[in-house]
Amino acid sequence: MEKALRKYFPLFALPALICFALSFLIPMVWGLVLSFCEFSTITDATFVGFQNYVRAFTVDNYFTSAFWFTLAFTVVTVITINILAFALALALTRNIPGTNGFRTIFFMPNLIGGIVLGWIWQVVLNGFLAGFEKTLLSDASYGFWGLVILMNWQNIGYMMVIYIAAIQNVPSDMLEAASIDGANGRTTLFRIIIPSVMPSITICLFLTLTNGFKLYDQNLALTNGAPNHQTEMLALNIFNTFYSRVGFEGVGQAKAVIFTIIVAAIALLQLAFTRKKEVEN
Amino acid sequence: MKKALALVLIALVAITGIFAGGSSEDSGKTEIYFLNFKPEIADVYTDVVKPAFESAYPQYTLKVVTAASNQYQSTLRSELSKSAPPTIFQVNGPVGIAENVNTVAPLQNTSFYALLADKGMALSLDGNVVAVPYAVEGYGIIYNDAIMRKYFALPDKAVDISSADEITSFETLKAVVEDMSAHLDELGIQGVFASTSFMPGSEWRWTTHLVNPALQAEFGDLATAQAAAAFDFTYTDNFRNIFDLYLDNSITPRGMVGSKADADSMAEFALGQVAMVQNGNWAAAQILGTQGNVVSDEDIKFLPLYMGLDDEESKGINVGTENYLAFNKNASPEALEGADTFLTWLYSSDEGKAIVTNDLMFITPFSSFSADEVPNDPLAKQVNIWMNKDGVSSIPWVFNGIPSEQWKADFAQAMLEYINGNYTWDQVTQTAKDAWAREASLTR
Repeated sequence: MEKALRKYFPLFALPALICFALSFLIPMVWGLVLSFCEFSTITDATFVGFQNYVRAFTVDNYFTSAFWFTLAFTVVTVITINILAFALALALTRNIPGTNGFRTIFFMPNLIGGIVLGWIWQVVLNGFLAGFEKTLLSDASYGFWGLVILMNWQNIGYMMVIYIAAIQNVPSDMLEAASIDGANGRTTLFRIIIPSVMPSITICLFLTLTNGFKLYDQNLALTNGAPNHQTEMLALNIFNTFYSRVGFEGVGQAKAVIFTIIVAAIALLQLAFTRKKEVEN
Repeated sequence: MKKALALVLIALVAITGIFAGGSSEDSGKTEIYFLNFKPEIADVYTDVVKPAFESAYPQYTLKVVTAASNQYQSTLRSELSKSAPPTIFQVNGPVGIAENVNTVAPLQNTSFYALLADKGMALSLDGNVVAVPYAVEGYGIIYNDAIMRKYFALPDKAVDISSADEITSFETLKAVVEDMSAHLDELGIQGVFASTSFMPGSEWRWTTHLVNPALQAEFGDLATAQAAAAFDFTYTDNFRNIFDLYLDNSITPRGMVGSKADADSMAEFALGQVAMVQNGNWAAAQILGTQGNVVSDEDIKFLPLYMGLDDEESKGINVGTENYLAFNKNASPEALEGADTFLTWLYSSDEGKAIVTNDLMFITPFSSFSADEVPNDPLAKQVNIWMNKDGVSSIPWVFNGIPSEQWKADFAQAMLEYINGNYTWDQVTQTAKDAWAREASLTR
C-alpha cells in the first residue's frame, strides 16, 4: 500500500498542482515579466527593461509617501490590535458568565467585508466629525486614525479567538504550581502565560503585519487617499498608478513587484525573530 | 486500488476538460458584443434594444455587458484580453483613443459613420476615423425656476432684473445669488447652491466640467488643448469667482464638502432645499427619480457657467460629448459587419430611433434624426433650446484634452486643500500648472 502510494504520489498531487500553477505560479511569474514591459492588455507587452522601476520613483513621490504612511499605520495597528485582542482574550477566558456571548459579539465585525466596513465607518466618523464642521478629508490625521479605528474594530475579534484558544491550552498544572509557589497575577502572566502562547503571538503578529501592509478595500472606501494622496496606502497607490495615466500599467506592475518583495521580507524577518522566542511545550 | 486510480483519472480528465473547453457557439449566428458604459440605461439595452434588434436581424445575437459605475476602463481592459473580446466599446475622447491605440478599428467606410452630421466631431488616429460620438450632452447651472420666480417677486430684492432669463453675466449672477442667500427663509431654501461635492469619486463636476470654460478661453478648441505642453491657467481668477460663489452660498459649509457625493447634491435640488446645482442633462433622471421630488418638469432650466470671462453674454451652456463608440479591430470581420449593421439600425431605422429618443434618451449628433426627435426629459429639451438660441454659441467640451486622470486627481485634491484652508488659491493654480506640464510630458 505504502509503495503504491509513493508510486502514484505525483498523480495524486497533480490536480492540486495544476490549480496552484494556474491560479498562483503562472500569474506571479507573468506579473514579474510584465513589470519589465509596457502593455495595455496582458497579451500585447513589449520589453522596456528597468524603465518602469525608475518611473515608479521618479515621476512623483506618492509611492514613497504611501510607503511611510503604510509603515506608520502598520506599526500602530500591530501594537494596538495585539494588545487589545490579548487583553480581551484574557478577560474572556476567566470564569465570568456570558463570555461566549461576548466572544461572538467581538468576533462579528470580522465577518463583514472590508469595503462595507469602510462605508459604515465613513458614515459613522463623518457623522461624528460633522459636529465640528469637519470631515474625514479635512485633515490627513483624521483619515489615519479613522483607518486605525476601523482596522482594530475588524481585526481584534479574530486575533482574540486565536489568543483564547492558546490561553485555554496553557496547562492548568503549571498555573496551579505557580499559584502554590506564590506567583501573583502579573508574574503568572509574564512568566507562564505569555511564554506558553508564543506560537500564537507569532501567528497574530504575522497576520496583523501583513494585513496592515496589504490593506486596500478599507482605504479605498474610507478616504480613497484624500486629502492630497496623504492617506494613500501602497496597495491603493499601485491600483491608482495602473489607471491614472496612459501607458503606466507597467509602472503599476513594477510597484506591485516591489511591494511583494517588501512585504515578504518584513514578514519573514518577523517570523524568524518571534520563532526564536517560542518555547517547546 | 485500480478502481481508485480510475476514479482519479476520470476526475482529472473532467478538470482538464473544464479548463480546455471554453464555449463555442455553433448556432450559425454571429455574436456582437457591446460593452456598455452607462449603467443607468443598462436595462434598456437588455430589455428593449436586444430583443428588437434580434427580431429585426435574426442572424445576429447581441450581447450587452455593462461595466459598473467608474469601472469602465478596468472592465474594458480585462474584457479585451479575453478570447471573446467586445466588438463595440466606448472611449471617452482622445485619452481613451490613446489607451486603446492597438484596438480601435478604422470606421470611415462604415454606414454608422456616414450618419454623423458633423464629421468633425469624430475622433481620428493616423488618418483613420476611429471613434464616432453617439450622444451629445450639455451642462451648466440647473436652476429651479419656481424658487427664482419667488425671489424675483420679493419686494426688497436688491437687483433690478425680474427673471432668471435676464442673468447673462457673472456680476448679475453673483448679485442675485448673494441676495438670495440673504433671503433664505422667505424663499424656503437652505442654501442657493447644492453641496460642492468632494467625496472621493464625486469631484468630477469641478475638475472637468467647471474648469471647461477656462480651458476653452485659454486653448480655444479641443485639438489645441490636447497638443498643449503647458497650461497657464490664465483664467484662474474667473474659475475662482464661481467656485467661491458655490462654496459661500451653499447648503453645506466648507468644512463638510468632503462628505457629500454628487448624488447628495442632486437630491438636495430635487427636494427643493436649494435653488441651483451644477450638472448636465444626464442628471434629469436623478432629479425626477428622487423620492419626494418637488421640482416640476417645466421649472427645471439651465444657466450657463458665468465666471466673468470676456464676451460672456454671448456664450451658452457647455455642449459636447465624451461618449464615443469604437470598434475592436481584433474582432471577426462578420462581427464587425454586424456591429455596423446594429448601430446603423439603432440610429437610423424608425424603430431604433424611437428607442433612442424615448428609452435611451440621447440627444444624437446624427443626420437621421430630425429636430423634433429629441428626448422628452426637461433638461434634454433645455439643451436643445440653448443649442439653438439666437446670438448665443455653446462652449465646446475642451476638457477632453486634459492629459491624464492624474491631472484631474491632483487638481481635485488641491481644491480640497483650498477648501480645508491648507492651500492658498495661488497654490491651487500652481498645482494645476505643474501637474499639466508633468502629465503632458509623460503621456505624449
